[in-house]
Amino acid sequence: MVRQVTATGHPAPVGVAKVAGSTGSVRLAGVSKVFGRGSSAVRALDKIMLEVPPGEFTCLIGASGCGKSTLLSLVAGLEQPTSGTVSVSGRVAIMFQEPALFPWLTAAGNVELALRARGVGRAERRQRAAELLEMVHLTGFGGKRPHELSGGMRQRVALARALAQDADVLLMDEPFGALDAMTRDLLHDELDRVCAGRQLTTLFVTHNVREAVRLGDRVVVLSSRPGRVVDQFDVPIERPRRIDSTPVAELAARITDRLREEMSHGSQ
Amino acid sequence: MDPSDKAEAGTALPAYAERLAWLEAQEAAPPADSRGRRLAAGFWAALWPKVLAVAIVLAIWQAIHVSGWKKLIFPGPGGTLADLWDQLQTGLLWHAIATTAERAVIGFGLAVLIGSVIGALVSRIPPLRAAVGSMITGLQTMPSIAWFPFAIILFGINTTAILFVIVLGAAPSIANGLIAGVDYTPPLLLRAGKMMGLGRLSLYRHLILPASLPAFVAGLRQGWAFAWRSLMAGELLVIIANQPSLGVLLSTDQDQADMQGATSIMIVILVLGIVVHTLFSMADRSIRRRWGLSGTV
Repeated sequence: MVRQVTATGHPAPVGVAKVAGSTGSVRLAGVSKVFGRGSSAVRALDKIMLEVPPGEFTCLIGASGCGKSTLLSLVAGLEQPTSGTVSVSGRVAIMFQEPALFPWLTAAGNVELALRARGVGRAERRQRAAELLEMVHLTGFGGKRPHELSGGMRQRVALARALAQDADVLLMDEPFGALDAMTRDLLHDELDRVCAGRQLTTLFVTHNVREAVRLGDRVVVLSSRPGRVVDQFDVPIERPRRIDSTPVAELAARITDRLREEMSHGSQ
Repeated sequence: MDPSDKAEAGTALPAYAERLAWLEAQEAAPPADSRGRRLAAGFWAALWPKVLAVAIVLAIWQAIHVSGWKKLIFPGPGGTLADLWDQLQTGLLWHAIATTAERAVIGFGLAVLIGSVIGALVSRIPPLRAAVGSMITGLQTMPSIAWFPFAIILFGINTTAILFVIVLGAAPSIANGLIAGVDYTPPLLLRAGKMMGLGRLSLYRHLILPASLPAFVAGLRQGWAFAWRSLMAGELLVIIANQPSLGVLLSTDQDQADMQGATSIMIVILVLGIVVHTLFSMADRSIRRRWGLSGTV
């Protein structure tokens, strides 16, 4: 079912073309992560089973402290699991809550550095960076430095930079958490468009249930301390979606109830 | 239907573009002043407090002179500045300035080179840091004049001895600046760089080094202060025949009890030091402005 949604929802690539068909996928099998040792050890993640098939947009939702960011770090390879296996096929790019742009480079320079890291030649870099900035509607802002841009623009540069890595798997750690509602809404549209155009496999972490339903093909609910997968919801709502539409709100309400239930378990 | 199809077809685009335009109008930064005006304003803002400070110093100096304290040997600003003016008409002072400046450039250049290499190695190689990290700071606190007997015995009374002490005085500050810069590279940026697939070397070149720049410039500035002091100490101690330098002139004035001459040379030394220091401050400010770290913009 989920795969079907992906297949019909994400047709031909548009924009900067990448070979059709995503190759990226993520599989976590019994993954646990423990920080510290002995009596002070904290179990952040407990036997996580999660599969993100190629081309799917999966949202991870949970209260703060449920190990969402840890999970992304494991998938990104920035940390190693204590037990279990993390298998990722394809190139991985990550977007953080902060844009994490390099302040000494211009917007275009930031994108170009990602291209350079991939070994793209100098002349091609400039052209590709311009294309990517155009894709996130930042044509004409390439020469600006990060501090000269607004929060939303910075996050769009970060998206362009993530796309420049030509990743198959895009990891997003509450990338719009620090933005105002208007800007966030706009970036949701942006992300929809980009993911559809590139057949990206996306793992999106958020604590905003509506955002998860607005964006995801599937929403995975994590429990807190330790983080466990407690439930999954397919999102059969047709795109384009609006965050304030009734189907989105209804499903979000159901997921919120489930989340509340989980949190009350946790506090008992 | 997919949103991107609509966007491509141009039906959904107007609404999107409208919202984007609206948001960007809200977010747009106020237009910056023209570069020329900003520079001029910055120059004036930096200049007037300095002019005022000099005026106050001259006034106090004149007041002491007028009060008659040590009247025979303590010159007033008028006489001293006239003496300085006369000296500036002679080739000797310019020759001395040239010699001193040349030593400063070579010595500081060597210190930058050596300090940067040491800083780069120490910051990236943990055992090396454990071994010599605190030694670098220790070396920094050692008064460089204490190195002169060692240097003179080792190299003799010559320029090499002076350059040796300049390097010892300035290199630790420069190395420490770079080490601090590397240490304070924001971890988030490092993660972003690693995820981009930057290798060890390109991570260093494209991320860690640029991120260290502000701290490195601060190290250069401090290193310069040490280099300039070491150089002056050196020129007073290591007097080489037929090679006039600012230190030699100062020492000659001392021998001849020429207070006006000595004070003139001191003013030259002070001004030269301030000019170079100002250059570093300008570099520092320009970095801050470009990075968005300063309050202006």
